[in-house]
Amino acid sequence: MENISIRKTLKKLGTWITNLMATFLALLWSVPVIWAIIASLRPANDPMSRGDVWFSNTLTFENYTRAWSLAPFGQYYINTIVVVLIILVVQLITIVLAGFAFANYEFFGKGWIFFFVLLQMMIPTSALLAPNFATIRTLGLFDTRLAIAIPYFGSAFGTFLMRQAFMSVPRDLVDAGVIDGCSWWQLILNVYLPPSVPSLIAFGLSSATWHWNEFLWPLIITNSDKSRPLTAGLVRFTQLGEIGAQWSLLTAATLMVAAPLFITFLIFQRRFIQSFVHSGLK
Amino acid sequence: MQASRKRSKSLPYILVFPTAAFVALFTAWPVLLSFYQSFFLQRMNIAKFREPTFIGWGNYVDLFTDPYFIDVIKNTLTYILGTVPISIILGFLFALLVNRKVRGIGLFRLAFFHPMVLPMVSAATIWLFFFTPDYGLFNSTLRFLGYSGPENWTGNPNLALLSVVIVAIWKNSGYYMVFYLAGLQNLPDDVYEAAALDGANGWQSLWRITFPLLRRTTLFITIIAFIDSFRTVDHIFVLTSGGPSRSSTVLLFELWLERFEYQDIGTSAAITVIFVIVLLAFTVTNLITSDRKEV
Repeated sequence: MENISIRKTLKKLGTWITNLMATFLALLWSVPVIWAIIASLRPANDPMSRGDVWFSNTLTFENYTRAWSLAPFGQYYINTIVVVLIILVVQLITIVLAGFAFANYEFFGKGWIFFFVLLQMMIPTSALLAPNFATIRTLGLFDTRLAIAIPYFGSAFGTFLMRQAFMSVPRDLVDAGVIDGCSWWQLILNVYLPPSVPSLIAFGLSSATWHWNEFLWPLIITNSDKSRPLTAGLVRFTQLGEIGAQWSLLTAATLMVAAPLFITFLIFQRRFIQSFVHSGLK
Repeated sequence: MQASRKRSKSLPYILVFPTAAFVALFTAWPVLLSFYQSFFLQRMNIAKFREPTFIGWGNYVDLFTDPYFIDVIKNTLTYILGTVPISIILGFLFALLVNRKVRGIGLFRLAFFHPMVLPMVSAATIWLFFFTPDYGLFNSTLRFLGYSGPENWTGNPNLALLSVVIVAIWKNSGYYMVFYLAGLQNLPDDVYEAAALDGANGWQSLWRITFPLLRRTTLFITIIAFIDSFRTVDHIFVLTSGGPSRSSTVLLFELWLERFEYQDIGTSAAITVIFVIVLLAFTVTNLITSDRKEV
């Protein structure tokens, strides 16, 4: 009897410790973004170096408007959105077509072609930025939004994901479609795609996140504000002479760059996290 | 049954063509081009070296006899060893902490996962303030705790790499948590019930059941984490620019320097080849060993 009550107390204690630890770690992990939000609302005439790095007496949105006026963030937004959308649209077409071919047909050299495509998953594009830079120059695409997007038009990962999704579509359904006289694209639209929408969304979300946040490739392949995306624009902004250590201005710009994706994430949190799991594990 | 699989001879090739062509142009071709260029001396910023000259293995020999490049390799290894295991362990810990049916657990998941959605350059810009000398958040906190140790984090050769590692851990742990979370939720309940009946306590079932059952997940996360640690240098651009005195320069950053700062085509091609070989060797080894264990 006594044993059981001791055990119960221990278990309660264990839950308590777990909760405490979880709360502590969660707070610790949230400090950077919470601090950035607070700092971005701090008036410019109350610099951090005065001491209190958390709160000021007044709140203001002037940092956001000032950051917006100091660099062409509007143009950066357009560039990022255009790049993300171009990549997404082209990828969705190429991966559906290739995934369908690999899942639905037997053809000579299929295994080898599949392996060849998968090479892209093993050698990340960032490792190849020097030779790809040469290719983009040769194609005459340097400093365009297309140059940022084009290396990602074929996606090994997406092809793999769609192939998996299409292969789990019941064979009977496909055969019924064939007997009904579906052409190949009717087969894709009516039989293969409807049950594969979750995979498509998962891929789309992780692709959009990835390319919204990408920095190094856009940095080297752009040279002017007409094509520069948000990430490269932000780093340029932080290095502007007149910015210096104006942290409230820097955090405002930083949050502006992250905001659209971040807010979308907050709204569709569950979907996002599921997508990342889905796209990783399948 | 195979009717639909044999209707057209050329159609599958046409369907695969766009993907295969882009992979050929932006993955296969650059590897071949780098391999070729790595045997030539070619530097765009020195007039007499503009035209490529064949020098055999010269670029590789130069790299591996250059103490500075050896330092870059050491930095890269330190960076990987500093980020990968800790992020994975934290990811696992977070997954255990949030894999409970408690009210508001979604908030905890959000707290651990949200850094993943931020651009790395944004994250690094925020952290730059934390590392700022004197009034930065790190130093303010340390001083509050009564410590008056290192002040200038990103400007100190001994701390610059550590600062970069900290940001990477903060950004990635939540991502790995998500995979462990999925793994945990797929574990069969009956094993735990049986273990509980046999008198196993929480720790025992964690180490004897949960951990072994998640081996595949761990392997998968290790591969992702390894490749991530190689391909992300965005935070280095913002925090340290590879300095001071190159103490936080890792392989990819060095590649960028050689190609775009020093305009050295030959050397950057050789580094690209080394890079590709390391990545391929790692992935292939992992696939082979995992296949053996699973069959």
